[in-house]
Amino acid sequence: MSAILPPAERLWWKHPLDRVEGLWIAIAFAWCMVMFFMMVGWHIYGKQNLSTETYKTTPEMFSAKTQAMVDKYTVRTETDQNIPVVRPPEGSDIYLIARLWSWWPILELEKDKTYKLHMTSMDYNHGFSLQPTNINIQVVPGYEHVMKITPNQSGQFSIVCNEFCGINHHSMVGRLYVK
Amino acid sequence: MAATSATTYRTCPRSGLQFEAQAEKLMIVNAVTAVVALLVGGLLAIGVVLTRWPAVHWLAADTFYMVLTAHGINMLIFWMIFFEVAVLYFCASTLLRCRIATPKIAWVAYALMLVGAVMNNIDVFRGGSSVMMTSYVPMMATPWFYLGLILFAVGALIACFVFFGTLVVAKREKTYQGSVPLVTFGAIVAAIIAVFTIVSGAIILVPTYLLALGLISNVDPLIYRTIWWAFGHSSQQINVAAHISIWYLVAALAFGAKPMSERVSRGAFLLYILFLQLASAHHLLADPGVSTEWKVVNTSYFMYFAVLASMIHGLTVPGAMEVAQRAKGYNKGLFEWLRKAPWGNPTFSGVFISLVGFGFLGGISGVMMGTEQLNLIIHNTIYVPGHFHATVVVGTTLTFMALTYYLIPVLFKRETISPGLAKIQPYLFGFSMYFFCLVMMGAGTLGVSRRHWDMAFSGAAMAYEWPGAAYLMMGLVGIGGIAAIVGGGLYIYITVGSLLWGKKLDKGAVSPRFTPIPPTAPTAAAQTYGSSGLVAPGSFVLALVFLVAFVLYYFINWKYLAQLWGMS
Repeated sequence: MSAILPPAERLWWKHPLDRVEGLWIAIAFAWCMVMFFMMVGWHIYGKQNLSTETYKTTPEMFSAKTQAMVDKYTVRTETDQNIPVVRPPEGSDIYLIARLWSWWPILELEKDKTYKLHMTSMDYNHGFSLQPTNINIQVVPGYEHVMKITPNQSGQFSIVCNEFCGINHHSMVGRLYVK
Repeated sequence: MAATSATTYRTCPRSGLQFEAQAEKLMIVNAVTAVVALLVGGLLAIGVVLTRWPAVHWLAADTFYMVLTAHGINMLIFWMIFFEVAVLYFCASTLLRCRIATPKIAWVAYALMLVGAVMNNIDVFRGGSSVMMTSYVPMMATPWFYLGLILFAVGALIACFVFFGTLVVAKREKTYQGSVPLVTFGAIVAAIIAVFTIVSGAIILVPTYLLALGLISNVDPLIYRTIWWAFGHSSQQINVAAHISIWYLVAALAFGAKPMSERVSRGAFLLYILFLQLASAHHLLADPGVSTEWKVVNTSYFMYFAVLASMIHGLTVPGAMEVAQRAKGYNKGLFEWLRKAPWGNPTFSGVFISLVGFGFLGGISGVMMGTEQLNLIIHNTIYVPGHFHATVVVGTTLTFMALTYYLIPVLFKRETISPGLAKIQPYLFGFSMYFFCLVMMGAGTLGVSRRHWDMAFSGAAMAYEWPGAAYLMMGLVGIGGIAAIVGGGLYIYITVGSLLWGKKLDKGAVSPRFTPIPPTAPTAAAQTYGSSGLVAPGSFVLALVFLVAFVLYYFINWKYLAQLWGMS
C-alpha cells in the first residue's frame, strides 16, 4: 500500500479527500485566479504593458526610416565614431537599430513625454536592456516592434545588449538621454 | 508465457523490487551515461562560474561562449534525458514487475542518443557552434550540431515508445491488477510530455538543419523562437513530471507512504498533461509579433492550472510523508514527524531539500517571471538562470542524485563507499545551490545580463557601469557556484567510486518467471481518513508559509514594475 503499488481501492477516484487537501486546493485555486486577473487587470489599469504592434521589415526599409529621422533631428554627435544624438519632437516616431555590435543612434527624449519607439535588428537576435531602469525587450530580426514609451526619470541611460549575439556581444552598449 | 521465457527476473533482497534482466542492463547503461554527461557539464560549469565571477574572469570570450553552450546542452538535455530514460524503464518494468518491451529497439534508442550526444559535443568543442543551447536563427551552428540533437531526440522518442510498449506488456501479461501505481502514472505523464516536446523539436530543428546544409534559404527567427521553446521549455516539464514522480517514489521508499488521495495526486498530474507545456510562452513575453491574448493565456498555463497542480503536489508529497510518520506514532505537535524523519539518509534529505527549494526558489520566481508584464524586468537577465537552476538543479538534479543513493545497492548491487560523505552531499550541494540561485536572482533584479562574458564591457565605446551591489552579487554567484560544483563532484565521486570499488552485494534470487504484484487489500487506515479532517496539519502550515512568501514576493515585483517608464 504505497505510491509504488497499484491503489488498493479499485475505485480510487471515488475515495473521499481529506480536508487538508480540499482546503489547500481551494486556497491555491483562489490564488491562481488572483494572479490571472492581476495580469488581465494590469492591461486595463496598469501603465506598463508591452505593446504587440509589429510589422515585417527588412534592414533596408528600417535603415531608410532611421536615417530620415537622424537627418532631420540630429543635435550633435558623440564618441570617436560620431554617433548622432537625435532629439525628436514629442509624440513622434523614433527609431532604434540593433546590429553587431551597437545600438544606433543615441536618442534624446524629454521626461514625461510620449514617443513611438520602433526597434528591429539588422542581423541576429539582440536584447534591449535599458539600465539602470531595467526594462528588457527582445529584438528580433525581420520584425519592427512599435511601442509607446513615456520616460518618467531624467538622466543618462545605457542600453545593454542582453541576448547573446556573438564574440563582441559584451561591447554592445548604447546610450539614451532623458532631459 | 513463451515471450517471457527468454529473460530472467531478479528479486532484490534489500528492496523486494523485481528487476528483469534486459531492463536492468538498459537502466544501468542509461543512468551511467547520464552521470558521464553530468561530469562533463560539471567540469564546464567551473569555466562558466569562474568567468562570470568578476574578480576572476577566467576564460577568453570565445572559450566562454563555447563552454557555456556545452554546459547548457550537457546538463539540460543529455544528463537529464539519459537519466529519465532509466527512470521510465524503472517505473514501467521494475514497478510493474514485467519484462521490457522490445529490448533490442531500446538498445537502438540508446545508441542513437549516445551518437547524437557525442556528435553534438565534439561539434561544440571544435568551436564553430557556440550558439548557446537555444541556437536562435539566423545565428547558425554547423550542420553537425543540429544533426546530433536530432539523432538524440529520435533516440529519446523511441525510448518513450519502448516505455509505452512495456506498459502494454504489463497489462497483457497481468503482472498487476487495477490501476498502475501513482509513480508509474507520473512517469506516463512525463513520457507524454516528452513525445510532445520531441515532436516540437523535430518540427523546428529539421528545417534548421536543412538551412545549415544550404538546402533551404530561410527559417523565420520569430517562428523559430516560438517552436523552439515548445521544445526547450517542455523538455524541462518532462523533468518536473519525472522528479515529482520520484518525490512520491522516495516518500514510499523512505516511509512506506501512500498518496493522501490518489484522486488528488493523479488529478494534479493530469493538469500537467493538459496545461504544463503552455509555459513555452514564458520565453516570448518580451517578443514582438505575439498577441497579448496569446501571451496571457499561455503564460498562465491557461489560468494557472499547472501552477495549481504544482501547489497541490507541494502539499501532498510532504503530506503523504506526514501521514505515514504520524501512523508510526510521531504525533507530537505540528512537526515531530519532520524532526524525526531520516535526515541522515541522503535519499530522503536530497528529496526534501529539493522539494523545498523547488517550491520556494524555483516555483515562486518562475510564476513571477512568467507574468506577462513582470517579465519586462527580468527578461534575458541573469535572474532567468537563477530561476532555472532552482528548478532543474535543485529540483531535478538533486532529486536524481537522491534517487541514485537508493539505486546504488538496489540496481547496481554495490555498497555505497564513504557513507559519511554521502550523508552530507545533499546538504552541501542543495544549500550551496540555494545560495547560488538567490544571489543570481539578486543580480538579475539589478539588471545584470545572462550569457554575457564581461560585465565591465571592455572595449565598448559607451560602457555602462553596474552598481557595486551587482558586482558583489556576481562575486557571490562565483563562490556559491564553486561550492555547488564541489557538492556535485562529491556525488560523482561517490557514485562512480561505489560502482567501481564498492563492495559487491548479493543480487538475490533469479527466476525465469515474474512474480505478479499481489493485490493489496484496503487497509483500515485507508478507510477511516476522509472525514476526520486535517490529517497532515504540519504540511498544511508549511504550505501556508509558502503561500505567504509567494503572495509577498509577487506583489513586491508589481510594485517594482509600477515605477518603470510608461509603456503601451
